Amino acid sequence: MMSDVTTAPTATRAPALAGRVKAAALLFVLFALLPPLASALNDPFYVLIGTRILAYAIAAMALDLILGYGALVSFGHAAYLGFGAYAVAILSSYGINDMVLQILGAMVVSALFALVTGAISLRTRGVYFIMITLAFGQMAFFFFISLSAYGGDDGYSLSQKSTVLGTDILHSDYGLYYMALGLLAALFLLCNRIVGSRFGRVFTGIRENATRMEAVGYSPFRYQLTAFVISGCITSVAGVILANQAQFVSPAFMSWHRSGELIVMVVLGGVGTLAGPIAGAAAALLLEEWLGVLTEHWPLLFGLFLVLMVLFSPRGITGVLEKYGIARGKE
Amino acid sequence: MTTLSVRNLTKNFGALKVTDDVSLEVASGEIHAIIGPNGAGKTTLISQLSGQLPSDSGAVAIGGQDVTGLSMPERVKLGLARSFQITSILPGFTALENVAVAVQARSGSSFRFFAPVAQEEELNDAALAALKEAGLDDRAHVRASALSHGEHRRLELAIALATQPKVLLLDEPLAGVGGEDAEAFVARLKRFKGRFTMVLIEHDMEAVFALADRVSVLVYGRIIATGTPEAIRSDPQVRAAYLGEEEEEVA
Amino acid sequence: MMNLFVLQLLNGVQLGVLLFLIAAGLTLVFGIMDVINLAHGVLYMVGAYLIATFAALTGSFWWGLLLMLPAAVAVGLILEVVVMRRLYARSHLDQVLATFGLVMIINELVEITWGTSPLSVPMPELLSGSVPLMGPLQYPVYRIAVIAAGLAVAVGLYVVVNHTRIGMLLRAGATNRTMVSALGVDINKLFAIVFTLGAVLACLAGALVAPILSVDTGMGESVLILAFVVVVIGGIGSVKGAFLGALIVAIVDTLGGVFGPILLRSVLDPAAAGQMGRVLAPMLVYILMALILFAKPAGLFGRSA
Ligand SMILES: Nc1ncnc2c1ncn2[C@@H]1O[C@H](COP(=O)(O)OP(=O)(O)OP(=O)(O)O)[C@@H](O)[C@H]1O
Ligand SMILES: [Mg+2]
Repeated sequence: MMSDVTTAPTATRAPALAGRVKAAALLFVLFALLPPLASALNDPFYVLIGTRILAYAIAAMALDLILGYGALVSFGHAAYLGFGAYAVAILSSYGINDMVLQILGAMVVSALFALVTGAISLRTRGVYFIMITLAFGQMAFFFFISLSAYGGDDGYSLSQKSTVLGTDILHSDYGLYYMALGLLAALFLLCNRIVGSRFGRVFTGIRENATRMEAVGYSPFRYQLTAFVISGCITSVAGVILANQAQFVSPAFMSWHRSGELIVMVVLGGVGTLAGPIAGAAAALLLEEWLGVLTEHWPLLFGLFLVLMVLFSPRGITGVLEKYGIARGKE
Repeated sequence: MTTLSVRNLTKNFGALKVTDDVSLEVASGEIHAIIGPNGAGKTTLISQLSGQLPSDSGAVAIGGQDVTGLSMPERVKLGLARSFQITSILPGFTALENVAVAVQARSGSSFRFFAPVAQEEELNDAALAALKEAGLDDRAHVRASALSHGEHRRLELAIALATQPKVLLLDEPLAGVGGEDAEAFVARLKRFKGRFTMVLIEHDMEAVFALADRVSVLVYGRIIATGTPEAIRSDPQVRAAYLGEEEEEVA
Repeated sequence: MMNLFVLQLLNGVQLGVLLFLIAAGLTLVFGIMDVINLAHGVLYMVGAYLIATFAALTGSFWWGLLLMLPAAVAVGLILEVVVMRRLYARSHLDQVLATFGLVMIINELVEITWGTSPLSVPMPELLSGSVPLMGPLQYPVYRIAVIAAGLAVAVGLYVVVNHTRIGMLLRAGATNRTMVSALGVDINKLFAIVFTLGAVLACLAGALVAPILSVDTGMGESVLILAFVVVVIGGIGSVKGAFLGALIVAIVDTLGGVFGPILLRSVLDPAAAGQMGRVLAPMLVYILMALILFAKPAGLFGRSA
């Protein structure tokens, strides 16, 4: 009676892939036009929230890589945001200010953490997997809370923005914004390649029917663990951007609520579509901003929205759009 | 092609002895049918042979190599393929993709992250060839979930073929298939004779007696008789235990 | 040193029985309905706020406790009927989203109703003060009472689960859901009872700690994750596992925080030991969970997948 994790139709075929790239291209054009628009309106606030949206879009897309294509509901992905953010803080305190090195550092730590925790979590299924990833995320959270050298609970202010290969293009908000956009675009293309590759086909196949894949000669674990590590590494890039945007890092980046929000973004935009979660990140953050203007108790409305969405629109926003013929339905 | 040998295999589910000291030698190129009433333990035996279920004791060897401790994927790599009684496919993939992913398992690394797999002609060609052998090439680009039951059975076969097996374990390939479809299926299997070593589980006695070189009868997890189809047909113990009325149909 | 150890051990046991109350409901809901409920932690908080309110209104802890129970039943039933019931047949992902939404809703409702400043619940007269343990060692009566109450509930639950018809159904449901529906049991009613029971136990845990902790909006957070760890360690669906898991987690968490640095000091220099102890202590239960899962992926008493 219990269905498995909701899964979108596979997108391993070429036509669906092209459609997705087109949708993403449109999104990217919109993103690229935002800063000129903001400066025309003389409201730099849009660029700030835009940067946050881009960062979360990277994280949501990375989560979608395993959630959408592998049916792995990781509830601990905020940990990787934290690794990215703290990589900036810790490395810069040792004088390593270049974003390239910071991303590298974030990825190494994330890969190790994902390798160890993934190896344990992936031996389990269903609610177990969700709870265990959640617990490991919390473990990372507590680690940084007790890391008093970097402010512990209170967080840690960064004294400067990162450089990029020696240049200081991140010093302007616009520079950071376009850097984030560039990273998102590059990582989107990377993820697209991955899901359409040999590896992607095997990984998606395991989501479809793991026993069948074993019966033709694949050991699911190796592929799932690899994807888990890739997803963690990509997510950490988002943390590097967030730290630069806020000039501040704190364990709050990695609370389990943040992990939940990442899942919300993926589902809002459409599971297993890569481009969808990018839109989902924008939708979720804008909704939060908008509700935040209405009332200080905006989580109440956001929570209501979530519950109602699940109860009445099982397939998320995409489901609603399809219902009214706005988006392309299942082929 | 290669031999399959099974020694003293057992499996218990709690107090239930589902596989009870089963020993079996299948010669290279032989089609060995296993028949038995519902719940006799046939599927369980196939699952043990393929490595999906661990055995409580006993040994399995293919081509003289002991595979008892190996996992299902490792056994597949050595040339042991199975089909499922209850169709087990990748529903969201097209028929071609279902088969191509099986081809891929045997040709080159799957840890390639960039090149589009859909454009790998080698995989697609081999997959199409397997589909053709199973009689499903005209439906290659249909999503598997949209195929009919009969087509699913053929897809099962095509996927198994695509793994380039030496030993093929078929669990009721004809389940739910009737009439002309069944005849065509039997004809297809007949063509494979001599190409693979085959263990065939089937309730359709006509198919069994048309295809099998030898037949084993499994009842309550025990092999009560093994022999040529003729010998099995006339074995009084088998008639008493299993064949019963069906025997008349066959004769 | 010995005294400190005994004291902390008792504190660990006390935390353990509370964790058990929370985890027992959680593990049954997971095991029987295969539903993941992130809102379980906020129920613990709601229990604390309820007793704070009723105790303030009546001026008595006991009346507060007594009134809290039917209110908790109501909260559990409302949640079950309005939301949870519609989630049983849904994917885990949907369950995560909807119950995550519930967490936000309930947190805000609590804030709107009771404000953000912490409340306190007075210690009942009868249970205030301390009793001598051994030598000069004193231990608060109330904490002993909490342990006793928790153990009583554990025994009660044990009897219900192992010696009653409904318990038989619960155990059967945890191992084989289809079988229970095949028995012709009204599965909806069974689920409602289980969920409400779990909710009441979580509220009860919150109510019991209210006099020794400050009642505030964040109190459900850390407890939820710890309860998850308990369920995972004990094995989903196993009340016995939840009990053992709760004690292990609580004792490791309590003793690790105190004795970890002390132990480290014997191998490291004091400054490094202090720093490392502070960093490691809160991670201890998660490391323990990882080790147990590595050996037994289905938990101590879980059925293997
Ligand atoms: N995982 C399991 N746990 C417990 N019992 C099982 C399990 N799998 C199978 N059985 C039992 O083992 C016995 C043999 O089952 P099996 O599926 O192997 O029979 P079969 O010969 O393939 O039957 P059929 O002709 O219906 O396909 C049956 O009684 C079945 O109920
Ligand atoms: Mg069978």
